[in-house]
Amino acid sequence: MRSLFSYNKDYYGGALMILIGLTAAYAGRQYPLGTLGRMGPGFFPTAVGVILAGVGLAIALSARPASGASAATHSTFDWRAWGGIVGGTLAFIALGEYGGLVPATFAVVFISALGDKNNTLKQAFWLSVGMVVIAVVVFWWALQLQFSLFRWG
Amino acid sequence: MIEQSLLGLWYGFGVAFEPHNLMWSLFGVLVGNLIGVLPGMGPLSAISVLLPITFGMHPVPAILMLAGIFYGSMYGGAIGAILLNLPCHPPHAVTCLDGYPLTKQGKGGKALGMAMLASFFAASFGILVMIFCSPLLVAVAFKFGPGEIFSVMLLGLLAGSTMSRGSPLKGVAMVLVGLLCGVVGTDVNSGTMRYTFGIPELADGVSLVALALGLFAVGDFLLNVNRVNYQTHGAGVRVRDMLPTWAEIKQGFMPTLRGTLIGTLFGAMPGTGPTITTFLAYAFERKVSKTPERFGHGAMEGVLSPEAASHSKTQVDFIPTMCLGIPGDPIMALILGALMIQGIAPGPQLITEHPDLFWGLIASFWVGNVLLLLLNVPLIGIWTKVLQVPYRYLFPSAMFFIAVGVFSTDNSLFQIGEVLVFGAVGALFAALDFPMAPILLGYVLGPMVEENFRRALLLSRGDMMVFLQHPISGAFVGASALLILVQTVTYLRGTRGKLGVLQAT
Repeated sequence: MRSLFSYNKDYYGGALMILIGLTAAYAGRQYPLGTLGRMGPGFFPTAVGVILAGVGLAIALSARPASGASAATHSTFDWRAWGGIVGGTLAFIALGEYGGLVPATFAVVFISALGDKNNTLKQAFWLSVGMVVIAVVVFWWALQLQFSLFRWG
Repeated sequence: MIEQSLLGLWYGFGVAFEPHNLMWSLFGVLVGNLIGVLPGMGPLSAISVLLPITFGMHPVPAILMLAGIFYGSMYGGAIGAILLNLPCHPPHAVTCLDGYPLTKQGKGGKALGMAMLASFFAASFGILVMIFCSPLLVAVAFKFGPGEIFSVMLLGLLAGSTMSRGSPLKGVAMVLVGLLCGVVGTDVNSGTMRYTFGIPELADGVSLVALALGLFAVGDFLLNVNRVNYQTHGAGVRVRDMLPTWAEIKQGFMPTLRGTLIGTLFGAMPGTGPTITTFLAYAFERKVSKTPERFGHGAMEGVLSPEAASHSKTQVDFIPTMCLGIPGDPIMALILGALMIQGIAPGPQLITEHPDLFWGLIASFWVGNVLLLLLNVPLIGIWTKVLQVPYRYLFPSAMFFIAVGVFSTDNSLFQIGEVLVFGAVGALFAALDFPMAPILLGYVLGPMVEENFRRALLLSRGDMMVFLQHPISGAFVGASALLILVQTVTYLRGTRGKLGVLQAT
């Protein structure tokens, strides 16, 4: 099972590179290519995209079972960690726009702390309060960050 | 030439000892030292986190601090490896092999003391090489045209991506992805907006800070939260234990010297990673040893040689970065990026145009290394305590510092979104076993590669042979071809070897 998964890893990895490379090359065609002697803005990214697709193909073709230990460590997707970190960051962006530094700081620390399954609500709360204090004292007061503590809309 | 270097160095010490610069340098080595001890935080993420605060600073203290983080973390890595068996970052993984057995035998303090002396010796040697070789390299570098610069960069990118850990092909793929990231934004020659998806914030290109933080900090968190669980036992070390005797110093001198020379050699070659350097130093030491069976069970040589190699490489790494503007590894790429944000283009003209920066940096290496040597003794106890702060408190706090740090670079929330995107992409790539570091190398070098490639072909009217006909450029292209050849042969031989094993079993 383990070796099967790492085979797939190289196939998926190679396929991903081919996809990125071809997309870049295709998108590069909307800019003028020019000639070798007088290159347009599209030349370099198109060339890099094509090479990347080629390397991706080589990765997929050379896929072979990885030697044991390195495989299968990331085989499961951790929804909780991803949810906490992605959600916390998005909350910081949203609250930074429509709430101010204090709620944004609280949100990013609180939500990402909950991404770890060993943190309780109480621990996450106090950690967030602590970081809010640091945010206000260090960044807003001492470093004069241009970010109002509270703002509405 | 030598006289001039010594005068420059004297001037540099003046710069490094200015209270303001000294303070930031000290701050940098302390942070670096701490980061080096903490598992899961390498110098790359530490420098990325602190990059935003350097934008408001004068370039000299900014660079002294960032460089301090880099070599400070090297000392910290040795502490974690020897005392706690934690390979905090990959270059020090090899130090664990013999360092931790020494700790178990109760000789951890001694090993640490010897390793620090070896590191100091190696760093000093590296600094001397930098002082006397930089002006020579600069003299050569002035003869470089766009063709030569492109070829050197090509070699750097290839070496950087293929000679680090993991599959060489995947490394090359990541460099190419990095080059594409560097393309985003306004084209310098024609003013065309490329790959901006109609988003005006992307017209200036992808932000270096957002890219680095996303790949190395957020990406790491996404993969490590709920998975990393490190337990530490504070191993107390007394100062008395750390002082080696004269006989031990004499015994340790040759391994240290060998490690230093290996590190210097690899530092001068662009693109060779620090991990491969320390592993080679270890392997070499084992080969020349009369008693190779002691390795792995607490051989002092197995600690000294890799540590010395990593330190001399760290210092020598700065030579191509500062003199050619071509970073040897991703950390150098980040420091180069920081310089460019400050409006300073590293290259042959750096020494004459910004002598305070260049010589100040070199002098600060020495000051910082002495500080580290002195500070490490009382600090080791504190660092082992810090290690007991759980990861689950560490990463949410780091998320806040990342968000607010990125915001402060441009006062824009948009870049925090960029961090998130690169974090997710980085975690995906890492889950598929792609190395992260070459992306940064490609991103920083990308615009320079493109510009020089275009300029060289413009001058030669589209004749590709220009890269081969000029001798310096041709030599670098040849070296690149040789590198690809060696990698292919190793790969093919590897498959055949594996098949042979399979058939045998």
